[in-house]
Amino acid sequence: MSDMSITTEVRKLPLYAAMVEAIRQEMARDPAVFCMGEDVGQMGGVFQSTVGLFKEFGADRVRDTPISETAILGFALGAAAQGMRPIAELMFVDFMGVCFDQILNNIAKTTYMSGGAVKLPLVITASTGGGICDAAQHSQTLHGFFAHTPGIKVVVPSNAYDAKGLMTTAIRDDAPVVYLFHRGLLGLPVMGYVDSSFATDVPEESYTVPFGQARIVREGADVTIVAYAQMVHKAVVAARELEAKGVSVEIVDPRTLVPLDVEGILASVAKTGRLLVVDEDYLSFGVTGEIAALVAERLDRIKLKAPVRRLAIRDTPIPYSRALEPVAIPQAANIVAAVEDLMTFSL
Amino acid sequence: MQPTHDQLLWMYRRMLLIREYEDTLAMVYFEGKLPPRIQKGLAFDIGAGTIPGEMHLSAGQEAAAVGVCVHLRKEDSVWGTHRAHHFAIAKGVPLDRMSAEMLGKVDGLCRGKGGHMHLYDTEHNFACNGIVGAGIPHACGAALAAQFRKTDAVAIAEFGEGAANEGSFHESLNLASLWRLPVVFVCQDNKYGISVSKKASTAVESNAERAAGYGMPGVKVGENDAVAMFAAAGEAIDRARRGEGPTLIEMQVDRYYGHFQGDPEGYRPKGEVRALKARDPILRLERQLVEQGLLDDAAVKAGRAEAKQQVGAAMTFARNSAYPEAAEAFMHVFAA
Repeated sequence: MSDMSITTEVRKLPLYAAMVEAIRQEMARDPAVFCMGEDVGQMGGVFQSTVGLFKEFGADRVRDTPISETAILGFALGAAAQGMRPIAELMFVDFMGVCFDQILNNIAKTTYMSGGAVKLPLVITASTGGGICDAAQHSQTLHGFFAHTPGIKVVVPSNAYDAKGLMTTAIRDDAPVVYLFHRGLLGLPVMGYVDSSFATDVPEESYTVPFGQARIVREGADVTIVAYAQMVHKAVVAARELEAKGVSVEIVDPRTLVPLDVEGILASVAKTGRLLVVDEDYLSFGVTGEIAALVAERLDRIKLKAPVRRLAIRDTPIPYSRALEPVAIPQAANIVAAVEDLMTFSL
Repeated sequence: MQPTHDQLLWMYRRMLLIREYEDTLAMVYFEGKLPPRIQKGLAFDIGAGTIPGEMHLSAGQEAAAVGVCVHLRKEDSVWGTHRAHHFAIAKGVPLDRMSAEMLGKVDGLCRGKGGHMHLYDTEHNFACNGIVGAGIPHACGAALAAQFRKTDAVAIAEFGEGAANEGSFHESLNLASLWRLPVVFVCQDNKYGISVSKKASTAVESNAERAAGYGMPGVKVGENDAVAMFAAAGEAIDRARRGEGPTLIEMQVDRYYGHFQGDPEGYRPKGEVRALKARDPILRLERQLVEQGLLDDAAVKAGRAEAKQQVGAAMTFARNSAYPEAAEAFMHVFAA
């Protein structure tokens, strides 16, 4: 069932519940699907990303593991190579630092090195992002690390509807998928959220959202903002403020970084002639630069009215203090300022 | 546990095949790598010749592979390392496609994308890995899949004593024991991690001692003896099949060649390899089989000739195979 033909009830769900609903429906549909990770069992995940599944499916299919990230991902690889469909949770994306070899050299490369013979239908889930003053080791997104490594698909949902449909697609995909959920979007009752991001309409029945198809969050004529994960919501706040000032903003949410909807992004930029890319990852050598380069490579067919601008973390670890964290991580006000700067050009 | 006559003969013949394969590769590997046919100023060109890249040979370690794999079925899986030809051959990976892979040919197991450190054979359930220790948790995952499906398949993690100092080893043993997975950890002690001796790298005398820390049996098998390895592996594999959990076995083997081909081996005492060959596992088993009347001189000769013929045919197949088309470089990044 695709997202075009939903017939059942639609409720408002927070993102974490939408994600869990997709996992539950896939576990019920396919006995090869199982979850493993730290605290995913009885506790239901530190971020409720598997809540209720332990009770429903039992300790075999919703497995608590020791604090052994290399084992979690390595076991997932071996099980996937034998036809299981593991969902392995890393809790904080920062923890990929303790098991990077399994991602970089093993999960990402096995299918290629085997000439396509070995399939690894596994999903790695991890929470990302700042906003709660958790400091440099628990606030990163690392989008660029994953997107830069050939062989893994990268999913970055910004809302509950997409979170469910993308999770279903991820579980059914025969390639390894890194599914990154921003803590500030989960809708947990213990973390603040940006404006509209708390809960969105989610159909009860199972559906998929295809990878590589951007969503136009908001149509506009003057400037394109490419944003994903929590930055979508900061961009929406900024766009409303800009609208009051007479600037019409189009927001494009790629939803997946690998594969990336290059044509969707280019079409919007061609229409508006101005581009701002916003990311909660580090600036240099990252996703914002990649998207800027995609446009730069096509200036023969895209007429820009202004230089391309990027907003991301300016190559610093993420600071702890309440006075510093929002300075390091781009905010809606920074987006407004960047767009206003873009509007001063009319090349 | 005692091997049957058929099992003894299988192990002997398979060891002959492995040895012939490795000795042949040792020669083929140097084709096109030495002066004067390489770039001026180089002593040795790793990237040139019939088989480019690094080459890690397993001659001297055959007993471990046959002692384990003689107990295995097709559905059992083996997860190896950068030095894994012996296990590949013992597990039944076809020599022709394996050789074509080493030459980077399209008929290779991986269409020329893996090379000798990354051999994958889904039909015979074999995989190996270029990162030390990385394959150990993969074997556990395969064992977990068997446990889920309630089959009695087992998985083998085979690795060197150097890998037992990697975190992946310790995480895997703990969790495999906790979940009673049908996996056997086969640590082959060839005394060196590249150049660093086990004495200089490892705080315990035998890695078998480390099993106690993970609540599983630890067994040490000395002297590069195929029959002793057969017995230890057989018990561990049966135990895993019965659902009683993993075992760690440390097998004392010898590495006749360098870490890689071209390794000057300055770290090795002079004459060490010659001394080690006095306990060669193939000759030892051969003597035993002759004494038992299972082999005579004619059969020994015939066995060696047959191994030569098989390896020769595989190399011919590999040499005659085509290189992949350029477009293949961009294929198989994701499963189709």
